[in-house]
Amino acid sequence: MPNNPEANHSRRPVTLIVNDEQHTVYVEPRRTLLDALREDLGLTGAKKVCDLGQCGACTVIKGDRAVYSCLTLAVECAGQPIQTIEGLAEADPNAGSQLRLHAIQQAFIECDAYQCGYCTPGQIMAIKALLEHNPSPTLDEVKLGVSGNLCRCGAYPNIFRAALRAAEMLRIGG
Amino acid sequence: MVKVLKTKIEVEGRVHEEVVVIDGELPAPWDSKAELTIVGQPVPRVDGAERVTGQARYTSDIQLPGLLHARILRSPHPHARVKSVDISAAEALPGVRAVICHTNTAPIKWYRSSFLFDSTLRHVGDEIAAVAADSLEIASDALRLIKVEYEVLPHITDEQQANDEAAPPVWVDEPRNVIGGEPDIYKRGDVDKAFKDADFVVQATFRTPTALHNCLETHGSVAQWEGDNLTIWDSTQHIFGVRQRVAEKLGLALNKVRVIKHYMGGGFGSKGGAGKYTVIAALLARKAGRPVKLMLNRTEENLVTGNRDSTVQHIAGAVNKDGTLLALKLVGYANSGAYGGGGMPIAGPVQEMYRCANVYTESWSLYTNLGRHSAFRAPGFVEGNFALESLMDMMAEKVKLDPLDFRKKNYAERDPKANLPYSSKGLRQAYERGAEIIGWHSRAWADRPAVDATHPDLRRGFGMASQIWGGGGGPPAHAIIKVNADGTADVITGTQDIGTGTKTVLSQVAAEAMGFRLEDVRVHVGDTSLGVYAPLSAGSMTVPSMSPAVQMAALDVHKQILAIAAEVLGARASSLELKGSVITQRKGKKRITVKELMHGLSNYMVVGRGVRGPNDNSYAVNTFGCQFAEVEVDTATGQVRVLRLVAVHESGRVINPMTITSQLYGGVTQGMGYGLMEHRVVDHRSGIVLNPNLTDYKIPTALDVPLEIVGEMIDLPDTIATTTGAKGVGEPPIVPTAPAIANAIYDACGVRMFQAPISPDVLLDALLRRDQPTLVEQPARRELVPVSQLSDHEQEKGGDI
Repeated sequence: MPNNPEANHSRRPVTLIVNDEQHTVYVEPRRTLLDALREDLGLTGAKKVCDLGQCGACTVIKGDRAVYSCLTLAVECAGQPIQTIEGLAEADPNAGSQLRLHAIQQAFIECDAYQCGYCTPGQIMAIKALLEHNPSPTLDEVKLGVSGNLCRCGAYPNIFRAALRAAEMLRIGG
Repeated sequence: MVKVLKTKIEVEGRVHEEVVVIDGELPAPWDSKAELTIVGQPVPRVDGAERVTGQARYTSDIQLPGLLHARILRSPHPHARVKSVDISAAEALPGVRAVICHTNTAPIKWYRSSFLFDSTLRHVGDEIAAVAADSLEIASDALRLIKVEYEVLPHITDEQQANDEAAPPVWVDEPRNVIGGEPDIYKRGDVDKAFKDADFVVQATFRTPTALHNCLETHGSVAQWEGDNLTIWDSTQHIFGVRQRVAEKLGLALNKVRVIKHYMGGGFGSKGGAGKYTVIAALLARKAGRPVKLMLNRTEENLVTGNRDSTVQHIAGAVNKDGTLLALKLVGYANSGAYGGGGMPIAGPVQEMYRCANVYTESWSLYTNLGRHSAFRAPGFVEGNFALESLMDMMAEKVKLDPLDFRKKNYAERDPKANLPYSSKGLRQAYERGAEIIGWHSRAWADRPAVDATHPDLRRGFGMASQIWGGGGGPPAHAIIKVNADGTADVITGTQDIGTGTKTVLSQVAAEAMGFRLEDVRVHVGDTSLGVYAPLSAGSMTVPSMSPAVQMAALDVHKQILAIAAEVLGARASSLELKGSVITQRKGKKRITVKELMHGLSNYMVVGRGVRGPNDNSYAVNTFGCQFAEVEVDTATGQVRVLRLVAVHESGRVINPMTITSQLYGGVTQGMGYGLMEHRVVDHRSGIVLNPNLTDYKIPTALDVPLEIVGEMIDLPDTIATTTGAKGVGEPPIVPTAPAIANAIYDACGVRMFQAPISPDVLLDALLRRDQPTLVEQPARRELVPVSQLSDHEQEKGGDI
């Protein structure tokens, strides 16, 4: 990111802990967590759809809660653990370059829980936060859990199935 | 031998001619007896891992060294003249790298007589100037520093008044605001006589809303110059269309422009080609000498990138006592915005859906000072079907027939418009299957009881509606396949996967036709410099256009590999077969894998080529379907809950039941949104759109969708339509949803819905008119068939305006 000294004078350092890694970014106080993740850290999984807290595509987990990163200022997040979609899959030592997908990610593929995929990172992070609080959600609890995440392609029935399947996989696995 | 042929193709309800060059052997069709092992399987998306890990790079995610961020200054007025623009303060702001407007940019012709930056602004959101800066925040600050002087002009935003003599013209050379200068008129038979002779005439006026696509990824482009070569990443449904338009607007040769789109966050018809933002990004990048990203924000998305026209439709039907449909008449007005591309086919369903000898339609597409219309998933047919399928239920009631029986009685065995046989039509099977799943014949529908004693305000009902649409695709569509030294194949086309599963489906077709394992095939799309020409991903065209081209290229590969294997193995090619990436002798022991064969050829690359062959214009190619809804209406609050929605469609062969079911879910969900929730609200006095955001413009959430959606296909390979037997399915499932729900609401509580969306206030108003007609002022209704002209026939009273 090219820096202009005059435009930078209001920037300040903030230390963000994203997916267990510590980063110091220089941001204007008005920069959202979403823009800091996307523009300063190159983590473009969280998407900017409305930038007004109306759609959920930018959902990340802050501490243990799903938040809209477009409604969260980067400077508010200093020192707090942030999880994004990029931190979900792990390197698989047995599978070469392949990632070992998280159960929710695996379930999304198996259930075709997307079409264009643009809301998918937000849906998955919302479900992850839900399952951390409630490992055995009912269908209605799943619906409530993703009710803040719009899907214009209308993949909802498969998103519900994927969430329930992932919950089951995690219960069996864990 | 090369053959050059002409063929007609249908795109979004309009037919045009294309030239097709055939160099090679067109595939023999896969009919219903073809033994297919990969096509027809529910293969999970081949790019699923990218989509669930955040690794999929959409246009909005592109990051480049030195990338600048751009924003556009837009008109705050619905109609104004720009007297002056002062960009000096914006240019002086630190971090600003380029500012462009009409004073410092060569005029680039755009729509009609207007320019990229025009001195006349024709709707709120029209482009005035643009800024590229080091950050989005600085670009936004700079916009506030641009000083514009306006001369505000009178505006018109209401389609009901746009055609009035007193209405201000949006274009000075089109004084009555009619796109094309006149309505689009169609007629067959003798409509007037049929209306006079009929036992019953039913007429009504229906209104449908302006619907906004609200693709989650907004429209936008990233532009990068390397010398005089321009690369554009664009959120588009047609990379070759963007290349063509950008080259034309900037005066560049086609090979100087490369357009890339690997992933896209929704299009639904609105991303058919380059927008002003695309050209503006390229101009800013050239001026700044650095790459520029220009993604629209949500407000801009909802003001300028297109919409489904709102309509007012006066419709009438003539029917005999025995249920024979005699005549249909439609006069419709569509609000097409300031830069409309011609009328959407709102009369399509009336002209094509049922056997009906006498039809008259008159479609007006009107200019207004609002953002332009654009194709939106089955444009015209969604709007027109709401009116037709509601009218069908009104007529069925008049002649005391079950709504499904009435439709079956007037089933079209041939295309009534073109008077041609259908290539295939599985609607009858769809009716049977849908009725069976929802329990249509065993439903309690006449007595409309309260659901139970504790909820006296709840009523349940059933409704259904039919669907017709094109979706046969056609040329030009090309594919090439390269087989690598390790026996894997790259399928390369210039099509695009807009989220529908194109890559997955084409992988299946390629693997099947080559005789390769699916995992040995990779499909590349979305890059004009690598891919060969492919059409717009719209009009339900992608699969029926692209799958035969890929099939032909794959069969070319198959044939070449067998010929090489015959030489290497010392066998006759005709004695060999290739399946699962292994070549074997049918009656013998010789065997070699494709990997072994290719490995021994010193990097020789087998290259296959394929094109989409011509359409057989002696048939009408259509897709069909029907949907059944069960709803629960709360007569106290006006809330409607869709309990079940059963969608059964026929679009030829099912290549992938998993991705096709997702298409059905998507169509039903958007159709439900259209019927119950979605409505752009305009304040006609100020000309301002009041809800260009995702809070006030309601799209269905997880809590709104039907409690149960059942999606099924009638799997009927259509080998006249395409050599793979497949037709398109992207648009069909949105077409019947809203009227099926409206008809179910009537069944539940006895009020006919003359307006969509059927929001709680609309439904409560209708209930009030039913229960207390004397308290409610009944608005005037336009009689399409004047009562005075009818003899002593019965006349349905219904209708609202």
